[in-house]
Amino acid sequence: MKKFKLFFWILLSLTIFNTLKSAEQIDPIKVDWSFKGLLGKFDRASLQRGYQVYNEVCASCHSMQYLSYRNLGEPGGPEFSEEEVKAIAAGFEVTDGPDAQGEMFTRQGRPSDKFVSPYPNVNAAAAANGGAYPPDMSVLVKARKGGANYIYSVLVGYEDPPPGVTLDEGVYYNKYMIGNKIKMPNNLSDGLVEYADGTEATVDQMAKDVTTFLSWAAEPELESRHKTGVKVILYLVLLSILVFLSMKKIWSRVNPEV
Amino acid sequence: MSEQEYVPKSKAGKWFNDRLPLLSLASHLTDYPTPKNLNYWWTFGGILTFCLLTQIITGIVLAMHYVAHADLAFASVEHIMRDVNYGWLIRYIHSNGASMFFLAVYIHIFRSLFYGSYKSPREIIWIIGLMIYLLMMAAAFMGYVLPWGQMSFWGATVITNLFSAIPLVGDSITTWLWGAYSVDNPTLTRFFSLHYLIPFLILGLVVLHIWALHVPGNNNPVGIDIKKPSKDTVPFHPYITIKDAFALLLFMIIFAGFVFFAPNVLGHADNYIQANPMVTPAHIVPEWYLLPFYAILRSVPDKLGGVILMFGAIFILFVLPWLDTSKVRSAVFRPIYRQFFWILIVDVLVLGYVGAMPAEGIYLVLARVGTVYYFLHFLVILPVVGYLEKTEPVPLSISEPVLSGSADYSIAKKDNEKI
Repeated sequence: MKKFKLFFWILLSLTIFNTLKSAEQIDPIKVDWSFKGLLGKFDRASLQRGYQVYNEVCASCHSMQYLSYRNLGEPGGPEFSEEEVKAIAAGFEVTDGPDAQGEMFTRQGRPSDKFVSPYPNVNAAAAANGGAYPPDMSVLVKARKGGANYIYSVLVGYEDPPPGVTLDEGVYYNKYMIGNKIKMPNNLSDGLVEYADGTEATVDQMAKDVTTFLSWAAEPELESRHKTGVKVILYLVLLSILVFLSMKKIWSRVNPEV
Repeated sequence: MSEQEYVPKSKAGKWFNDRLPLLSLASHLTDYPTPKNLNYWWTFGGILTFCLLTQIITGIVLAMHYVAHADLAFASVEHIMRDVNYGWLIRYIHSNGASMFFLAVYIHIFRSLFYGSYKSPREIIWIIGLMIYLLMMAAAFMGYVLPWGQMSFWGATVITNLFSAIPLVGDSITTWLWGAYSVDNPTLTRFFSLHYLIPFLILGLVVLHIWALHVPGNNNPVGIDIKKPSKDTVPFHPYITIKDAFALLLFMIIFAGFVFFAPNVLGHADNYIQANPMVTPAHIVPEWYLLPFYAILRSVPDKLGGVILMFGAIFILFVLPWLDTSKVRSAVFRPIYRQFFWILIVDVLVLGYVGAMPAEGIYLVLARVGTVYYFLHFLVILPVVGYLEKTEPVPLSISEPVLSGSADYSIAKKDNEKI
């Protein structure tokens, strides 16, 4: 059909034009994540390592205020055992109260507590980080165009600024960051953490693990969503076949070709 | 309405029906003679009803858990996604449901444009449909504000600011809409209230839309008036219901594909960042279904002019039945109009595309050309083509073009009763 051809030519030329225009911006590295695709699942071990990286490195500046410690033991996540989750939560000091005397008090964390934030509020976080507020990481992967690929790319994308680019104090050059300037220093270095499972803690490994962990944090429902989705679509396909056959039968009374 | 009066068989049924003729209504709805040549483009009415009910039901559940407060809204959405049982499913159905609703309504509208369903005697159906469409846009816009993400906040700021273009009273109106001196908590709470109200207004209009439809009956691909009931028609149930059900299932498969496997692909990443009045996103874009109008708005250098053209682009559709001068309804028999119909589709798609792009360079040029053509189509092409076009011969009945064998309405009806 002529008009369709016309339409596709217009779309095609617009797309080509668009790609040419945005060629200066580097696309994030494409990683073959285990959680992509229709049946994608998180790599359990990677999630657990990722939590370790988050806890030992990221958590000193980045909050994750929408997660609870209990989430770490729930199906589809890192699936730490009940004991491990209790131990993790107990490692944090939580402000609670007021008690019967009207005083706030601190106590050991419990699995039902939300992740403890490193700073009391956004202003304190910004003040401690040269004016740049380290974003909450609960939904960070969903909040960035490019998602997991982008987060991973930024983590491994630090390099010396190209000649001609001058950076202010406390600003770093990152080839994947939008605008190439980032206030977060390169915090990952080989061997920074010691993985319990013996995996070698290279920068690339840590970046992948923590990105996997953040992807789960942003979409804790992902595995159950994928599983339910397959069932729902299978059901709908079967039902539509049945309904199609019924339709053929019913319409054959008036019109053999519906 | 129906040809012969319906009398319930049971005594109790008759007693009730004499006092409130609900059974007569049900009988009218199931027997309603429908052209038998309706193609799949006609299944979107049923699909849209499904979309509306889905949005209402999921919306009612979401409202049980959502908190309409500038400080708490974003967190309450995360609460729904994480802590409410299947909250993620309900929210993703609701947010993707809005997109599916618009996808279906655009197909429904363009079906009407192609087959001339807006023409006499169906002008009122068309106008009620446009009112539904306007309310849908209002509901969708306000719904997008509720999660209180960056796009929510800045989208609300851009759209409400449009009213400040009105001479003299513009700023006062905008302040009145906000309930504050900027988009703030009062804006959010009133948007939530209205977002809950509008779907029920739509539901009322849908009833009127169907009522108005049942007076002249359905248009059909051939676009001719038909005798009802006759061998050109089939009773609505089971013939149309089963076909609508099949089409709906196919639609639901696509819907489920988005909900379960790409729930955020139609949204914008920035809306997962909590609203921050101090930080403006690099590109403020509305949801995809509003993009063509956004392109028209930005194609005019003057703010008031842009607003007038944008609203004009919708309101021009209200007088469409009187702009189209052709006596022939269906584009099947209108060789010239048919070409322009497809050009209009391309035009709207191009406008949608440039609406998502920054308003500069080639995009601005395309937006301007697209806008001019959009109005040209309705104001010049449609009236002129109607006069000059030599239409192809229109058949006298549906049976003639689609079917050689004979089909008897009474047989179909009798069979139906056996089920």
